[in-house]
Amino acid sequence: MFEVNKENFEVEVTNYTEKPVFVDFWGDKCERCKELMPDVHALEEKYGDKIKFCSLNTSENRRLAIAQRVLGLPTMIMYVNGEKVEVLTPDKINSVEDIENMIKKFCK
Amino acid sequence: MKGSEKMNHVYDIIIIGGGPAGLSAGLYGSRSKLDVLVIEKEKFGGQAATTAELENYPGSIENCTGPALSERMKKQAEEFGTTFAKDEILDVDFTGEIKIIKGRKEEYHAKTVIIATGAEYRLAGFKNEKELRGRGVSYCATCDADFFEGLDVAVIGGGDSAITEALHLTKYAETVTIIHRRDTLRAAKSLQEKAFNHPKIKFIWDTVVEEAKGDEILESLVIKNIKTGETSELLVNGVFVFVGLDPKSEIFKGKVLMDEKGYIITDRNMKTNVEGVFAAGDVTQKSLRQVITAAADGAIAAISAEEYINEKFEK
Repeated sequence: MFEVNKENFEVEVTNYTEKPVFVDFWGDKCERCKELMPDVHALEEKYGDKIKFCSLNTSENRRLAIAQRVLGLPTMIMYVNGEKVEVLTPDKINSVEDIENMIKKFCK
Repeated sequence: MKGSEKMNHVYDIIIIGGGPAGLSAGLYGSRSKLDVLVIEKEKFGGQAATTAELENYPGSIENCTGPALSERMKKQAEEFGTTFAKDEILDVDFTGEIKIIKGRKEEYHAKTVIIATGAEYRLAGFKNEKELRGRGVSYCATCDADFFEGLDVAVIGGGDSAITEALHLTKYAETVTIIHRRDTLRAAKSLQEKAFNHPKIKFIWDTVVEEAKGDEILESLVIKNIKTGETSELLVNGVFVFVGLDPKSEIFKGKVLMDEKGYIITDRNMKTNVEGVFAAGDVTQKSLRQVITAAADGAIAAISAEEYINEKFEK
């Protein structure tokens, strides 16, 4: 997983056009995020050639997270050509399958 | 154990739900040398795992955060031999002597089942609550609190959960406004005292939230005083909802007896109306839903299950 932050977000996500970008917004206090992390890493192994996988620690990049309209954890967002195209808010993430289903849509 | 072996394996006790009730049942079952599996779909610890402080659980004066206590409970059960699985249960068949539990990943078999699926936070019912969930509308202060550092938040509710979480939020937020539909709190007196004396906490009484407004993320709440009928707008960045609980008993409808709200009815030994099926914790009909009562239920359920196994299977 590529760690994005306020310094590199623009280059690595908003201006990145090679592949769709998946960003896992997590935080130091979010137990659920940490629990999902190994599963998300497994998804990267499976789909990493078609999707760029990034993670963003919201505890260290709070303003950036809010600017991306993220106010709850975990949140997973897909970006295509820098555009936010799909968002999974915490209530939509019951299991890793929900994340995989979103990712699969962008694997062409 | 591989998948196929698990399929044919008959556990002594399968516990559905890994919160305090399930983990305590696991501990007691394993200490009785029974073959016990706890199945959890999300996070072990249940609601307790997302509770900031559990200062009303005996013995938890040191490091009494929900995640820490949950972790210790799980470890303790594990040490005595409880096994764990991560799966979501979709259907159950309790009609036979061996109970069948169908998960998303696997099918499980057991001599007895303890239902410990718990309860979840109820929605407050205002407009756009679902649309702005995870975008400023939250049901978990421990998860989301640090987003609101220096910002203004509201808490809806007047019970123990609402006041505990409001106090937790004061560590981050600039102001915490508690919106309550009545003019008195239900929370424990010691919590009330802390809240009333806290410089960051304000109260809005006799008031309900009608609508959440905002472009993609929450910006304000439309609130209504139910005594005067007057509405006004409250500018907040976050709102935390703690207005009560609903049981997570959907998949057991028609399979065990429950009340009109969906809480499972048990006797004092945690037996349901179905032989070999027990229930424990928040999912059961009871007057006090706390970690300590859940843990007690779990212990009783496991011992009842053991007695049932001894009578039914060992003769």
